[in-house]
Amino acid sequence: MTYIAKPKLHHPSLAKNRVGFTRRDYEGKISTLCAGCGHDSISAAIIQACWELDIEPHRVAKLSGIGCSSKTPDYFLGNSHGFNTVHGRMPSVLTGAYLANRELIYLGVSGDGDSASIGLGQFAHVMRRGVNMTYLVENNGVYGLTKGQFSATADKGSRSKKGQSNNDAPIDLVTLALVMGATFVARGFSGDKAQLVPLLRSALAHQGAAVIDILSPCITFNNHSGSTKSYDYVREHNEAVNRLDFITLREEITADYAAGEVIDVRQHDGSIVRLRKLHADYDPTDRIRAMSYIQEHAARGEVVTGLLYVDPEAADLHRQLGTVEQPLNTLGAAELCPGSKALEKINAALR
Amino acid sequence: MQKIEAVNDFVVKFANINGSGSASANELFARAILRMGVPVSPRNIFPSNIQGLPTWFEVRVTEHGYLGRRGGVDLMVAMNPQSWEQDVREIDPGGYLFYDSSKPVPRARLRNDIHVLGMPLTEICNDTYSDSRERQLFKNIIYVGALTTLLDIDPQEIEKLFGEQYKGKEKLFDSNLQALNLGREYARQHLKPIALKVERRDRVGDMIFTDGNSAAALGCIYGGATVCAWYPITPSSSVPEAFERYAQKLRTDAASGEKRYSIVQAEDELASIGMVIGAGWNGARAFTATSGPGISLMAEFIGLAYFAEIPAVLINVQRGGPSTGMPTRTQQADVLACAYASHGDTRHVLLFPEDPHECFEMSAQALDLAERLQTPVFVMTDLDIGMNQRLCRPFAWDDNREYDRGKVMTREALDAGTDFGRYLDVDGDGIPYRTYPGTHPTKGGYFTRGTTKNAYAVYSEAGADYIYNMQRLRQKFETAKSLVPLPVLTAARYPARFAAIFYGSTGPAMQEALAALAEQGIYLNALRIRAFPFQNEIADFIAAHSKVFVFEQNFDGQLTTLLINEAHANPASLVPVLHYDGTPITARFITQEIAERVARLNVRPLRENMVA
Repeated sequence: MTYIAKPKLHHPSLAKNRVGFTRRDYEGKISTLCAGCGHDSISAAIIQACWELDIEPHRVAKLSGIGCSSKTPDYFLGNSHGFNTVHGRMPSVLTGAYLANRELIYLGVSGDGDSASIGLGQFAHVMRRGVNMTYLVENNGVYGLTKGQFSATADKGSRSKKGQSNNDAPIDLVTLALVMGATFVARGFSGDKAQLVPLLRSALAHQGAAVIDILSPCITFNNHSGSTKSYDYVREHNEAVNRLDFITLREEITADYAAGEVIDVRQHDGSIVRLRKLHADYDPTDRIRAMSYIQEHAARGEVVTGLLYVDPEAADLHRQLGTVEQPLNTLGAAELCPGSKALEKINAALR
Repeated sequence: MQKIEAVNDFVVKFANINGSGSASANELFARAILRMGVPVSPRNIFPSNIQGLPTWFEVRVTEHGYLGRRGGVDLMVAMNPQSWEQDVREIDPGGYLFYDSSKPVPRARLRNDIHVLGMPLTEICNDTYSDSRERQLFKNIIYVGALTTLLDIDPQEIEKLFGEQYKGKEKLFDSNLQALNLGREYARQHLKPIALKVERRDRVGDMIFTDGNSAAALGCIYGGATVCAWYPITPSSSVPEAFERYAQKLRTDAASGEKRYSIVQAEDELASIGMVIGAGWNGARAFTATSGPGISLMAEFIGLAYFAEIPAVLINVQRGGPSTGMPTRTQQADVLACAYASHGDTRHVLLFPEDPHECFEMSAQALDLAERLQTPVFVMTDLDIGMNQRLCRPFAWDDNREYDRGKVMTREALDAGTDFGRYLDVDGDGIPYRTYPGTHPTKGGYFTRGTTKNAYAVYSEAGADYIYNMQRLRQKFETAKSLVPLPVLTAARYPARFAAIFYGSTGPAMQEALAALAEQGIYLNALRIRAFPFQNEIADFIAAHSKVFVFEQNFDGQLTTLLINEAHANPASLVPVLHYDGTPITARFITQEIAERVARLNVRPLRENMVA
């Protein structure tokens, strides 16, 4: 945590992306989280991913619930509209915003308390509906803002800073998202930016419900031995299934890989997610296999990371509803009001 | 024996079994009378069940156009053995009982002071039809046929209604007509004539016959709502269902099939209001429909919308409360819950429609008000208005009317260097400017949160910033007074000391009661309140009378409390008169309550020098 304001002047030599913005243009206010918080690394990865994707900052809408993670949207994309909603209910607000304007990019930021406890219902239902969004769970297994209570993702048997043991079975949001029909499901680690940034880029470009469960250690309340969400524990037990490159329509595919080492997943809009396999038998387009793979490894105490599932044929809510291409919030009386003549007909039918 | 005699002024009550197809036959009966130019006011009285249990349909035939519930029954159509005792008991002395006499009923289960008309309906159906569903459905049409003969209802009108309903379905048309004539013929040959008659008039004019929930949905169509998020709850579910029906017709592109609306059935009320708020934040007009328990669940979000200043429209079709309440009964028991919904210091705009016409008008208006005031707006209807068909003024729309989108700062204004403070009061009316997400690449973006902010939407826990915000919100609520619908005064023919205040579905019963009271020489000024916050006219009205009876359909006198709190009315001059058994308030109730109370207030004191 720092009190020194960042200078607003940008060095002229800072590289600009295709839409004319430097990385600094994607920054927000100074974080008020603890120094070393995993969440700040995630904010940095979001900044990097948006800059690399040439997204105009104001085309992103950031929505969050309540908690440490939900404060972070103030710390990136300062020119974007953000909405700190109520605890556990960001998904419904995001859904409504997305209904109103299908053209913006929706980024939902939540935590394990926000999504796995009070918001478990909304988490599940937003996945079912195929809302076109990127939903991030900044998962540290602990309630930070209220000082160290276990959250519902804490592993059974893990210990709190005060030494208490957690007796409740953990909720695995990745598995839940798969069951509920999310069409892009990944897990990352805030301490592995090289893995996280391409995951974010792919998720942001995905046209459907994308969720990334990001293990993000709480430096203050959950980084001790006995915790299964500490930096050390996650590093030791991290089993990445793949490394990915996200290739947009504009980019040429240049890198060469030996046959069998990569999988290209071409998505609806033509963009390609290229996965370098780390586990030869892992196929991220097989949802059923993904679920059992995650469970098998979890039983061995391993944390599977990477792109776990992607449905290249994902359909979003607007397509299912059959709404017009033009955002609903731009329609005026001419498009919406049937007028007095139609009303006279309705009156006549009611006599 | 006495015989109730009446022309165009009586009550017929149908006692049926849920799921037996009686509803459409009973509606046919009501519509046929309407088509003869005689106003009717029907009401469903039904328990919270889908099939097999008792349900009632009451039709008040009322040449004077009194659309409130009258009370009492002149003709009972008793088609349900389960509720027989209760149904027979309810008939006014000298009234009529029409029943299915296929099975003999012992004399002991009848009454000596009513006229009994038995018709072997089951027998007739079993002889005529072999299919069990046909036997069931046509039984209803056959009794309607018999009633048309008994009451002199023109069968041509029913034939026309069949023609409209079964356009292009000749077979259905023929079989229904056959059943109708079967009933008519039996009644002509076997039943004694009765003294209740319908005579053709011209009292309906251009009025329409519809229910408040459909009307509210249509109001949302005309008012430009594009997002509807809801969770099923009686008695509001037919609002979004009607919205979908109308939107399919009126908002779907004929060529492409693309929809200019979206409807999501959410997982609960918390999600439905969340979606409405998300859509409102993002510049779309959005609404939800719910009832009391849903409002309780939405309370946290309603507070967020109030403080974050996001437009939202909630159509609250009130039902019996509290808790899960009596879901199929009517009340006005959410007034306080909505006026102050949520934690913290919140206050909300409420509109009180009295009939489907106003449900249409106020739902459309609510969408304007919500955007103008950037706040949640409640349309406070109830089951009596929402789920019953009511005769009312036709819907009207001025094609020159434009949507009031409120204060929205555009990209051009931002480019021109206009100072943008999301929560800054620049016009002195308490209403700030907002930007839609995605407006400008570098200007006008802001972070939305509850109360921890300054006028520029920057995080702040400073007391001065909080106070500025709260005082501005109070100013905004003052501004709302000049925007919401004014109360409607029904002035007494002679100067009156006493007055009545009422709202919502009490309207029709009150108008009838005022006429009845005037006949007894009791004159009152009556004010129908149509919105909260209360305009100064309301406080002046109360101050101008020594006693004001406040008619409410709840137990606590909720509007009375609100008048004392918010209009600073003198509590001593307000007399709450409460009707809260779950049935709609009647003119008889109002007349009796006022007559008794006025008589008591007018008692002269024992000693001359004492003040009454």
